[in-house]
Amino acid sequence: MGAPTSSVIALLIVFGVLGSALTAAAVLIWAERRLLALFQDRYGPNRVGPFGLLQVVADMIKIFTKEDWIPPFADRVVFVLAPAVIVGSVLASFAVLPIVPGVVVADLNVGVLFFLAMSSLAVYGVVLAGWASNNKYSLLGGLRAASQMISYEVFLGLSLMGVVAIAGSFSLVDIVEAQRGTWFVVPQFLGFVLFVVAASAESRRAPFDLPEAESELIAGFHVEYSGMKFGMFYVAEYMSLWLLSAFVTVLFFGGWLGPVLPPAAWFLLKTIFFVVFFVLVRASLPRPRFDQLMGFAWKVMLPLALANLVVTGAIVLARG
Amino acid sequence: MRLDGREYIGRIPGVGVLQTLWNVFLHAFKPRFTVQYPEEKVPLPPRWRGRIVLTRDQAGEERCVACYLCSAACPVDCIALQATEDESGRRYPAWFRINFSRCIFCGFCEEACPTYAIQLTPDMEMSEYDRQNMVYEKEDLLISGPGKYPDYDYWKVAGREIGGKPKGAAEREQPPADLHDLRP
Repeated sequence: MGAPTSSVIALLIVFGVLGSALTAAAVLIWAERRLLALFQDRYGPNRVGPFGLLQVVADMIKIFTKEDWIPPFADRVVFVLAPAVIVGSVLASFAVLPIVPGVVVADLNVGVLFFLAMSSLAVYGVVLAGWASNNKYSLLGGLRAASQMISYEVFLGLSLMGVVAIAGSFSLVDIVEAQRGTWFVVPQFLGFVLFVVAASAESRRAPFDLPEAESELIAGFHVEYSGMKFGMFYVAEYMSLWLLSAFVTVLFFGGWLGPVLPPAAWFLLKTIFFVVFFVLVRASLPRPRFDQLMGFAWKVMLPLALANLVVTGAIVLARG
Repeated sequence: MRLDGREYIGRIPGVGVLQTLWNVFLHAFKPRFTVQYPEEKVPLPPRWRGRIVLTRDQAGEERCVACYLCSAACPVDCIALQATEDESGRRYPAWFRINFSRCIFCGFCEEACPTYAIQLTPDMEMSEYDRQNMVYEKEDLLISGPGKYPDYDYWKVAGREIGGKPKGAAEREQPPADLHDLRP
């Protein structure tokens, strides 16, 4: 009796999380443009529907009706698969995200590791896209993106180890529960900063968007893509923005915990706050040159992440 | 080099980033510069080179004397006209055509015109779907007012004799000398 109901609920949760991830990506197309405009003393799209909301529909119609051309010199199978790899890895990361108590697609006891593994898979998508396009600039862009993502992944994981050490578990639900006293941003502020930087670089978000910068490197690894395959890269970027903000709130800001409002409201508020923060970062900071980017990762961020881990581990051990 | 407090803080790594973020964040609370066209319009100065018009003087007569100077000055040859004369001897254009799909709104015709007839106005809302509709004839160009120069009347200062004004009757003009008179 209980088994079919619980599997129905599980299916509903799966479709709910999937649907909300895709909806969030669609809404973010509009929200990011309006927010960027707000920070730049102008209006964003405000003509198409009320407050420009139908701009999303217009963009979708545009991208679906564009000619979806596969270059004859490209490796067809890999060319088509590369955007799917990226979107798939981002969507899979949503599986371990706890939204409110009880609503999580898969409460893995290695949730953090799963998230790190999925972000590593995204590198494949970028490299395959750069390689399959059979275009020197595309390959260069893909290689740059891959080296950037791999370098920043190193301390993406290390920055989270402090959180794991304090919480005592890799499971994201346990991490949120462990923040009932204080949010982890307080003891792990350095870890928070490192995670924000690393996760921005992982999702190729400004100011780490050199691989796809239109002005540099001729749009990088997705230069040969058109139509919906190109749209997939952008949907993946907006979904990973939402994913990023949600993970920051879950790992460092207490997830659904908060005094007066219902848990879902707290989760949404905190995630939206971080979305606005990431858009603000995109509006403000210039892109570093590629060697500056790599130098920053290896010479500044990695030692800081190691130091953070050492100090946190020492304190956790000393406390017993 | 002595630094004061704020210069010390600004040199700490990472503080520059935070200052930038705060600065850009404050822009969210400043008014936006966008002019919401077409509900609001950008204010255009009166000498702005927009749509070309043919003006009239204070008496209501058209100023254009069909001297062809504007057509000669036009760098893209978009002005075409034909001169004719009325009964009183006053020249005027029989037809006057400007092809606005060629016009570059440079204002050379306005500078060349000796009578202030052709003028450029601060109006640029002239879009058409069909290129034929962008060729303006004299009835499209002629306006009922004096435009930007209300006080100038060419025929009052010109020396040419037209109906009602003999030689010597213009402003600042001497009466014609009597050739058969021996007195200086």
